[in-house]
Amino acid sequence: MPEVTYRQALHDTLRDEMLRDENVFLMGEEIGVFEGSYKITAGLLQEFGAKRVRDAPIAEEGFVGAAIGAAMLGLRPVVEIMTINFILLAMDQIINHAAKIHYMFGGQSRVPMVIRTPGGGGQQLAATHSQNPEVWFAHTPGLKVVAPSTPADARGLLKASIRDDDPVLFLENLALYNTKGEVPEDRPDDVLPIGVADVKREGSDITIISYSRMAAVAMHVAEQLASEDGIKAEVIDLRSLRPLDRATIVDSVRKTNRAVVFEEDWRAYGIGAEVAATIQEHAFDHLDAPVRRIAAAEVPLPYAKNMELAALPTGQHLVDAVHATLDASGGVRGNGRSNGSKGQRSASRG
Amino acid sequence: MSKKSDKTAAAERPAKGATRSAGRNGQAERAEAKAKQANGTAPKYDLRNVSESAETLIGFYRQMLLIRRFEETTGEMYTRAKIGGYCHLNLGEEATIVGTMSALELRDYVFTNYREHGYILARGVDPKLIMAELFGKEAGVSKGRGGSMHLFDVESGFLGGYAIVGGQLPPATGAALAITYRGSDEVVLCQMGDATTNIGAFHESLNIAQLWKLPVIFLIVNNLYGMGTTVERASAVAELYRKACAYDMRSERVDGNDVLAVRDATRRAVEHARKESLPTLLEAVSYRFRGHSVVDPARYRPEEEVKHWRNLDPVMALAHGLREAGLIDEAGIKQIDDEINAIVVDAVRFADETPAPKPEELFTFDYATDVPNVDRSLPGDHTGITQDG
Ligand SMILES: Cc1ncc(C[n+]2csc(CCOP(=O)(O)OP(=O)(O)O)c2C)c(N)n1
Ligand SMILES: [Mg+2]
Repeated sequence: MPEVTYRQALHDTLRDEMLRDENVFLMGEEIGVFEGSYKITAGLLQEFGAKRVRDAPIAEEGFVGAAIGAAMLGLRPVVEIMTINFILLAMDQIINHAAKIHYMFGGQSRVPMVIRTPGGGGQQLAATHSQNPEVWFAHTPGLKVVAPSTPADARGLLKASIRDDDPVLFLENLALYNTKGEVPEDRPDDVLPIGVADVKREGSDITIISYSRMAAVAMHVAEQLASEDGIKAEVIDLRSLRPLDRATIVDSVRKTNRAVVFEEDWRAYGIGAEVAATIQEHAFDHLDAPVRRIAAAEVPLPYAKNMELAALPTGQHLVDAVHATLDASGGVRGNGRSNGSKGQRSASRG
Repeated sequence: MSKKSDKTAAAERPAKGATRSAGRNGQAERAEAKAKQANGTAPKYDLRNVSESAETLIGFYRQMLLIRRFEETTGEMYTRAKIGGYCHLNLGEEATIVGTMSALELRDYVFTNYREHGYILARGVDPKLIMAELFGKEAGVSKGRGGSMHLFDVESGFLGGYAIVGGQLPPATGAALAITYRGSDEVVLCQMGDATTNIGAFHESLNIAQLWKLPVIFLIVNNLYGMGTTVERASAVAELYRKACAYDMRSERVDGNDVLAVRDATRRAVEHARKESLPTLLEAVSYRFRGHSVVDPARYRPEEEVKHWRNLDPVMALAHGLREAGLIDEAGIKQIDDEINAIVVDAVRFADETPAPKPEELFTFDYATDVPNVDRSLPGDHTGITQDG
């Protein structure tokens, strides 16, 4: 299988879907002539023309709403919001309209549209340009929200999102665009189901639940925990935040009896809160220790590098949380080893 | 609902036989008499030199009267708690509605705000199904899921009442984009209130529509108020059609009480959209006979103003004009009245008798494309996990 970047996977998938279905068109700021703020749409204007790759004025409410109307008439707009921070200008159209139209009008109109947008901090872009408000969308019935962490998942879920007849928020991450991974050769059926989590790594000692960039970090951490400490961590990449695949989470925790949630959004009312609530509802008797949540500190993200680092979750936080959870529950069964020496291990990437 | 303080409501009459509220019958006649007193004559609409066929004009009258009676009855049903939520009536705006809707074809699309009962009626949707929606019934146009503010009928291209001020403008603009995308020549009419011209979505949508040359007519129904706020207190530009100049857009203002003038102005806008694929901002000046919603006694409006506009009542004016021009006689007027009343009575009876949606159908329309792991648990349940049963 060829290795490609997350960026390339998105680009190629958009192109494939545009070739497959002429109702698919792209709309967003700077996606055509400028080739995209993060170059996901590079070359597509040249190939498909201005009708299919439509540069929009800086009017998020206007063009996201226009995508809704176009979708109601049967087109399949794929909207790019430059970064998720700017989506706040379009919240009325997304929450009050896209998410409502199918249900509120008694199933008479579908809204088959995708909003692609990168979230994430860590680039010293400070408070207004580093947010992770995906939970606002995941909270809202009528929307679907996906957040792939690998190029292959990005491809499979973007295809699914474009072909789905509901509005889908497709969450990307600035720090993932250059990451590489194997992507299967183009097959007409390499569509991943929305609403299904992926057990990215099997393990029996503890369950790490994550998504988007943090899931990629979690995979490195799990590898490190295995090689350095012999800890077998199971990593669940949620991939879909709405619907949330609760069964996969619960099945895993019933097996490992321990769970840590690893997320880049703020902890309060975040994705991890929902995951933890689900675990206590459905696996209460199986838990050997409280569920831990690693999440961003509750501040508007500061600019200074050292301050930004202090606020964001890292692999080291996850390493420490895994050890703390194991300690709290009497260590890893089987080898009986307890690992309390926090902070001495090398920090994981992230 | 404060019936007592609702002074303006006195002039409206529930459809005869549609309700059992005998106390309100005859009030319209009294108001008509009062209007005559104030003006010295009934509301006027001179049709003597109009070339329009009697058939068309009488057709307009029928539609306007249907809206009038339907809305009066809706207000009545609301006070009887048959209708819940917010409920905004089109009383007084009948000529604007019938004038605009008659300039469209069935293949065209209509988006409106939440004051939309009349528009969907004028699109030819069965009044029974509209009343059923107001009553919260499964047979309603939105299956009882939308209510008064969220009517929808895909068959007639009525693509929704929208209850967030300005919310309908971007989707209407996008529908027009879809029309140009597929290269067909339908047009979109997007209705809104005067106060809606102050919101961001209005400006973004007008800019996009002109920039991308989209076949959409933005219709402002200027009924002088957004809730209790006059146009002058909310908009730096009181002649609302002039806001189009910021976008180099064609615009026009028309007397919203003059059904033919409205029809003709809409036709010009439709032509501009269909032939040139360009938008128009059309402002129709009319008046809301009652409060903002059924429960608003509208005390903020000067009595003189209300009286002035009541004297211009478009439904009475058209009836008067038809008679004066010899296009219809008393018997003809009476016959239409009886027919319309019967339609509204039927609508209420149907809405009353037809069943409510089943609670088991709570999740029926949650997603258009089903996916795994949708949580369909009820408020008292743990979050749903399919395999847990
Ligand atoms: C965004 C938003 N803000 C406030 C409201 C509450 N609201 C409902 S109708 C209305 C006034 C709108 O007036 P106008 O646009 O003139 O329409 P009309 O009711 O006169 O038809 C307001 C403030 C709302 N529905 N949506
Ligand atoms: Mg108004």
